[in-house]
Amino acid sequence: MRCDFVAEKIKGLPFSGIRKFFNIASELQDVISLGVGEPDFDTPWNIRDEAIYRLEVGSTVYTSNAGMPELLHEISRYMRSRFELDYDPANQIICTVGASEGIDAALRAIINPGDEVLIAEPCFVSYYPCVIMAGGVPVTITTRREDEFRLTPQAVEEKITPRTKALIMCYPNNPTGAVMNSDDLLRLANCLRDRDIVVLSDEIYAELTYDGESPARHTSIASFPHMKEKTIVLNGFSKTFAMTGWRLGFACGPCDIINAILKIHQYALMCAPTISQYAGIEALKSGAGSVLHMRNEYDERRRVMVKELNGMGLDCFEPRGAFYVFPSIQSTGMTSEEFCTQLLYSQKVAVVPGDAFGESGNGFVRISYATGMDDLQEALRRIKVFLDLKGL
Amino acid sequence: MRERILEMLERDSRLKPEDLAVRLGLDEQEVADELGRMVNEQVICGYTTLVNWEKTGKDFVTALIEVKVTPQRGMGFDRIAQRIYNFDEVKAVYLMSGGFDFTVIIEGGSIKEIAYFISDKLAPMESILSTATHFVLKKYKDRGIVMEKPHKDDERMIVSP
Repeated sequence: MRCDFVAEKIKGLPFSGIRKFFNIASELQDVISLGVGEPDFDTPWNIRDEAIYRLEVGSTVYTSNAGMPELLHEISRYMRSRFELDYDPANQIICTVGASEGIDAALRAIINPGDEVLIAEPCFVSYYPCVIMAGGVPVTITTRREDEFRLTPQAVEEKITPRTKALIMCYPNNPTGAVMNSDDLLRLANCLRDRDIVVLSDEIYAELTYDGESPARHTSIASFPHMKEKTIVLNGFSKTFAMTGWRLGFACGPCDIINAILKIHQYALMCAPTISQYAGIEALKSGAGSVLHMRNEYDERRRVMVKELNGMGLDCFEPRGAFYVFPSIQSTGMTSEEFCTQLLYSQKVAVVPGDAFGESGNGFVRISYATGMDDLQEALRRIKVFLDLKGL
Repeated sequence: MRERILEMLERDSRLKPEDLAVRLGLDEQEVADELGRMVNEQVICGYTTLVNWEKTGKDFVTALIEVKVTPQRGMGFDRIAQRIYNFDEVKAVYLMSGGFDFTVIIEGGSIKEIAYFISDKLAPMESILSTATHFVLKKYKDRGIVMEKPHKDDERMIVSP
């Protein structure tokens, strides 16, 4: 009899609710999936072309741990020009294997056993388990539909204890599409400024904001007075440049924390993929036009989705970021999981139950519009049929 | 608003004012009015379909002709261009910088037809000094659209975080 080798900490971790749903959806044919958390666009050709060239000339060796100096320099320039944030490429920026590694390494870099980490929910699936794996204690803060899923200082203050070490937030938000504007962020910054709490600000969707102006500007919490010293900004190339499979992200923050992240990254990963780093340089140098094109197209789809879903009676606030809408399905009397499962079997449309992103997401579903307009419109038609069949 | 409407129509000219209005978050009437103005001002010059004639049974030849001219008093480039573009066979005329003056794009049912047009109509025109004709063998991409896109499945996982 072989003994049980798996660590207790990991045994206790559930698989993501998404995975369960993935298993059901994968069995069916001809499904239109609005359950995808990545762009439907191919990586712009100039970026792929650069990577092909780098393969041809054999640029296939390790880079320095933090990333290639030219890439770090480009990231620094980008953060300054897009978000008015100054980071020294020498010691305040590190390239990670996707923003996902950034989340994991940042948490491991700051958490002592038993430290509490506030997580604004509903949220991306990895925050909670990463806190646990880092030895911390996750404490969730529920954001609400009434606040359009923004994080309020009151909600944060209610959960702060002497053990609170950090706060993880993600705006523009996956799964809700919520954004926080400058006023919202200022209020939050005022509440955090005099507290010893590190902010992990996941800004992976920063380039995908929509508010009528083009391009609408994302504001980072780090840009408020005294916040940069305690904020780790996590970002990456996946959503902005449609580069999910390249696994390239970056973290910016105070030297001491970035240095700590660098140690973890050095021993765990060595460096981000070299070819991806070259592609990243090209993306930052000349990808702005492609980003604008993609954002405009998401924006068009977003408006269609919000209008149609509300028209069907699925209450849906207007999301101003990312590529998700997060309608309430409470009027149907079903749980999120029932709604999604039945919609999938009945009409072959895959959307994700809101509670896959935390309990507070129950009563909602996440619908991704990172899919071509024709498929979106067909999916909307099927959702309408589904609701009609239910007599709703 | 203008620019966005034009970009969207250039991508898909089938979009109706109501589609444009929803996608841009504008009032339908406002969009319809703006479209009307742009047609009047000839900002919008037409709505067409991009056809890959190679896929049909129809015989179809496209030629690109480099044309050199000598503009004369009372007969500047614009007048010459007009005399060229008035022919139905002529699909496009561009005034060029560089080694020749006009690019003329002609479509016809056969090389013979095009040869006839050039030798009988175009080349003898006063003001035209010379022509150099290039026949198109295959069109890969036109007006920003790849004519024969290789089929590609959506490789993304059906559900992902």
